[in-house]
Amino acid sequence: MATSADTLGPPPASVGVIGWLRKNLFSSWFNSILTIICLVLIYVVLSQLLVWAFTGARWTVITDNLRLFMTGPYPPDQVWRVWLVLVLLSLLFGFSAGIFGGTIRTLGTWLGAGYLTLAVLPFGGDGRAWLLANLGVLVIAFWLGRGRVKWRRWLIVAWLLSFIVTLVLLGGLGKNPYLPEVSASQWGGLLLTFMTAVVSIVLSFPLGVLLALGRRSNLPAVKLFSILYIELVRGVPLVTILFMTQIMLPLFLPQGLRVDIVTRAIAAFTLFTAAYMAENVRGGLQAIPGGQIEAAQALGLNNALVTLFIVLPQALRMVIPATVGLFISLFKDTTLATIVALLELLGVGRSVLAQPEFLGLQTEVYVFVAVIFFIFSYAMSFASYRLEAALGVGKR
Amino acid sequence: MSSVAKDIIICKDVHKWFDRLHVLKGINLTVKTGEVLVVFGPSGSGKSTFIRTINRLEEHQRGTIIVDGIELSNDIRNIAAIRQEIGMVFQSFNLFPHLTAIQNITLAPMWVRRWPQEKSEQIARDLLKRVGIPEQADKFPAQLSGGQQQRVAIARALAMQPKIMLFDEPTSALDPEMIKEVLDVMTQLARSGMTMICVTHEMGFARGVADRMVFFDGGEIIEQGTPDQIFSNPQHDRTKLFLSQILH
Repeated sequence: MATSADTLGPPPASVGVIGWLRKNLFSSWFNSILTIICLVLIYVVLSQLLVWAFTGARWTVITDNLRLFMTGPYPPDQVWRVWLVLVLLSLLFGFSAGIFGGTIRTLGTWLGAGYLTLAVLPFGGDGRAWLLANLGVLVIAFWLGRGRVKWRRWLIVAWLLSFIVTLVLLGGLGKNPYLPEVSASQWGGLLLTFMTAVVSIVLSFPLGVLLALGRRSNLPAVKLFSILYIELVRGVPLVTILFMTQIMLPLFLPQGLRVDIVTRAIAAFTLFTAAYMAENVRGGLQAIPGGQIEAAQALGLNNALVTLFIVLPQALRMVIPATVGLFISLFKDTTLATIVALLELLGVGRSVLAQPEFLGLQTEVYVFVAVIFFIFSYAMSFASYRLEAALGVGKR
Repeated sequence: MSSVAKDIIICKDVHKWFDRLHVLKGINLTVKTGEVLVVFGPSGSGKSTFIRTINRLEEHQRGTIIVDGIELSNDIRNIAAIRQEIGMVFQSFNLFPHLTAIQNITLAPMWVRRWPQEKSEQIARDLLKRVGIPEQADKFPAQLSGGQQQRVAIARALAMQPKIMLFDEPTSALDPEMIKEVLDVMTQLARSGMTMICVTHEMGFARGVADRMVFFDGGEIIEQGTPDQIFSNPQHDRTKLFLSQILH
């Protein structure tokens, strides 16, 4: 034969579906038995679950209380404000998906699909119109934003501003007739879960980075404070910190300044997560080779610039998986706020189950809550995975 | 060298200890503007430590070092001023892996010299052309070969328009076929009149380019002279022994 070896195709049995099956599932008699046992197990569990979900389960407990699950004790006649916040976020998400593309576009597609699915489901009420409005805004913003790289800076500003707009919209403006005050203790359900999780994540991240830098600082006082803080907080259970902030935070603040229980819970989550964040970041900081810092110093960069441009970008990139893991667990830990009498998603579930007409429907409620947590946790996990790939973690 | 050349680096009785280990034992050395020095010697002789004291990556504990009229002290402004005038190239390149080649080069001009982005990028592109890899501007270091990375590192140091360049074994980590491309850039730089101190064992480069060779052993300068003197008529036994070992 005149053709060289590199033109030879692979052996037929090693490619295609059959090849894959043979290689991965039936490579030996032992492996074949394992495969069959697993398939049987999956079938038994899944079929029973599906039969229950479609015939046995009484999902009316969810649909009847949907407003409670989403917003808790938020005044029903003011719920349009929550919808409006969602529209604002859809708008920004649509623009982000158009301008940045990539992973955000994928997540945006999921979000749009989610809106559409929920709008089609037979929930009734004015929710359908709002959901379709969200979908429309998302798609239009995506079309307008496509490829407009120059808008990036404004978009980031808009996201920061949206934070304040959201708080004003949800909390109201005191006696204003159009936006009457809704105190944070009236927030609840998924809305409250999101608010505590997002605010805690946004605040604990910079705090954790500062603590990590403080722990490596040359200034003894800063270093000592950081070490004490990190070790003390990590040595105490989150539940304890939650109780302590409820009781102790008012003691530290000036008289007359009352802090609502939501803020106190957020303070607890933030302070707790920051300590773990600090240790994550410290791991990343330690992994930066000394040569990187020397090279930057040799160029004349001062310590602040070296930290900002050389050390932190590399260290933070390295700890993305651990950090997202931390944020996911924070997101789920917000359920602990039920024990300080906050009606977040799980708390609403428990209060719904306490009503006489819904007795005995624990399975439906807890499955629903679990599915909601799973969807958002998985979205975070997915975004992290894609972000790592985009930033080339472990590759460069 | 022209007659107006001034002493740009003056080292007097420089001592350095790592804990109790005496690694520099009274180095006296003066370098004139435009001079190309090759520093060589066995490993552990203190040659790398010595050039690292010149831009204060290592602190000396006794003696004085004066660079471009500024004495090195713990004054942070002095150190910053000196480092802007001295470019350094490392054995292991030390490019910033999260930045592209051109971002590696423009970082210091933009943030230390405070030059506008357009000017910094123009300088960077010219330098990449000068070191022979203009087409690699937007690649990340991990996508470049060792020789290309070291040339980007040289361009990065040159972008600050330093008066002095320090090379710390710039070719030791390179595959043999890539050494030449880096030495070519260094040779061209030496011909352009840059003041250079190179720690290297590339004796061909030393013979062709160096104005003066300095032999380090045991933390001291044992012998120095022109390449001719060193290669054809070394005075000291330790120099002879070392040269016989590396020149095969």
